Amino acid sequence: MEILVCVKRVPDTSENEIEVNSDGTDIERGDLVYSVNEWDNYAVEEAIQIRDKIGGSITVVSVGDDDAEEVIRREMAMGADRGILLSDKVFEGADGRAIASIIKAEVDKGKYDLILTGAQADDGAGQVGGMLAAMLDWPYASLVNYLEVIDNQKIKVGREIEGGNQEIHEINLPCVLSIQTGINEPRYVGIRGIRKVASAELPIHGAKELGISPEAVGHTGAKVQKVDYFVPDLGEGAEILEGSTDEIVEQLVELLKSKGGIK
Amino acid sequence: MAREVIAYIIHKEGIADDTAIEMISAAHKIDPDAKLIALVAGSGPQLDTVCNQIAASFQEVWKIDNEALAYPDAELIRPILTGILPSGSIVLFPNNTFGMDLTPGLSIKLDTAYLADVVDFEGIEKGKLKTVRQEYSGQVSTHVLCDISKGIIITVRPGAFKADESKTFNGSIIDKTNEAFQEGIPRVARRFLEIVEAEVGEVDITKSEILISVGRGIEDEDNLEIVFDLAEALGGDVSCSRPIVDAKWMEKSRQVGTSGQTVKPKVYIALGISGSFQHLGGIKGAPFIVAVNKNPKAPIFQIADVGVVQDLLDFIPELTDKINEIKG
Ligand SMILES: Cc1cc2nc3c(=O)[nH]c(=O)nc-3n(C[C@H](O)[C@H](O)[C@H](O)COP(=O)(O)OP(=O)(O)OC[C@H]3O[C@@H](n4cnc5c(N)ncnc54)[C@H](O)[C@@H]3O)c2cc1C
Repeated sequence: MEILVCVKRVPDTSENEIEVNSDGTDIERGDLVYSVNEWDNYAVEEAIQIRDKIGGSITVVSVGDDDAEEVIRREMAMGADRGILLSDKVFEGADGRAIASIIKAEVDKGKYDLILTGAQADDGAGQVGGMLAAMLDWPYASLVNYLEVIDNQKIKVGREIEGGNQEIHEINLPCVLSIQTGINEPRYVGIRGIRKVASAELPIHGAKELGISPEAVGHTGAKVQKVDYFVPDLGEGAEILEGSTDEIVEQLVELLKSKGGIK
Repeated sequence: MAREVIAYIIHKEGIADDTAIEMISAAHKIDPDAKLIALVAGSGPQLDTVCNQIAASFQEVWKIDNEALAYPDAELIRPILTGILPSGSIVLFPNNTFGMDLTPGLSIKLDTAYLADVVDFEGIEKGKLKTVRQEYSGQVSTHVLCDISKGIIITVRPGAFKADESKTFNGSIIDKTNEAFQEGIPRVARRFLEIVEAEVGEVDITKSEILISVGRGIEDEDNLEIVFDLAEALGGDVSCSRPIVDAKWMEKSRQVGTSGQTVKPKVYIALGISGSFQHLGGIKGAPFIVAVNKNPKAPIFQIADVGVVQDLLDFIPELTDKINEIKG
């Protein structure tokens, strides 16, 4: 099976406090630690498990700037066979739809049976996979947390829905799936693995190679545009307990007692 | 002519989801004078019950009735909606697992703008709709301007808008079934087979009065011990956020959130949990919430009653010792 996995380089929210920059045009990017989007790791792991079971190959693709190369290589170290970076100045400011159309142009150049994305990334939109499927006229399933290959025409998937229940579908290939965390346990990637792929070939495709007109993507093509970042004023918020650890413990124990938090 | 805003109604067993009336206040924030249309797909008497219920809150109800729609399968509903939604419409869906499945592709098929998980609207200015979204699991917000000249598909976050039942209408129910199925039942390449219910676990956290809930901030499976020790001292049960279950450190039945359990304790202690909306969506009944997090900007502090900004690995054992000391 020929599998394409779409990945994104994002600020690691478990490593960083995300703050708005001084003029509100972006988040403060100075000291951020970046990593591959959490959901994408599960997508790559799933692709590896499918390939190792039934054969085929895995291509990892990312739309981004030069820095995105680092996450593509990481996923190659995990076990993907090759990577492609889709990068061009004119892609800057692309909205979800433009990202999907850039990836579509790359898909049209190859021959894939299955495309996987993460269920969502740092902006929480979860839109690229579904848009890509619609552009290709392929079936789509989101939030997939179970996948079984039936034959080379169809697969069985479980979508995780509310309450942790699962919606089971049979879906024809080729198709696009967005992968939910928990579907597998992504393998660990060591420094040595990353070194091994450090000089592997990694083609970069821009608007010209992809046959995309610059007006269709980037700032000018975007129907939705972020105008600023801010921290919402959501009223009082929590009463933060102050003092030494001992004092905080004292206060908290009193509060818990009064609220029925100690049996 | 008044602007139309169409809201897609999720329903189950003849009852409309809470998001139905939340979308009314969302629509009014888009345009206070908008004409509200509810779109309800399903089948049989249960569908009629929902339509009648919803007609009290919307000016018009569009009904699509067919056996094939007994289960709401996004791949089937998408081509149907593509056929009946007027071009240029503003259409709202809840940002739940159905909305996530259906809407990105729908926006492509209709060639409209798309925006997911909106938490607020600030009206329309010069043909652009101003919206508020969150990024980085709620750590920062953004204003997003949308070009709605060719219509837009929007998903709104469940719970972000107040339920609005202030106005009552006697909305007319318009049967759109024939229009929707003009070309027969769409042929789809994905077939719904069945629902597999979530497994029941050893503890039922939905019944617990005191929950000690642990998130990714616990860092290591071995550290879970301090959480169970605290729970024992307090006489409560241990629950968790999703990453703990993904890592297979706890069973799924202990997960609080939209894709886990809905809990209604008296006291909820969140340890190393950032406060994503999917997690908070599982906490009901306004418990007393205590959050322990080393990041003073963690969104959990916006909804907690009391916060402790400390490293939980140091703080929790101290708290447990103190409680055991008083209990003697
Ligand atoms: C469709 C869908 C459904 C979902 N359903 C659910 C659901 O049902 N339940 C759920 O929980 N999530 C759900 N999620 C995932 C959700 O979006 C978040 O990713 C998740 O809730 C984050 O869990 P967390 O808060 O434990 O981890 P993080 O967001 O990583 O937060 C960890 C927190 O710990 C703090 N911390 C780190 N170290 C320490 C320390 N030593 N001491 C104190 N604090 C520390 C950090 O400051 C941070 O705030 C769902 C996502 C999707 C897309």
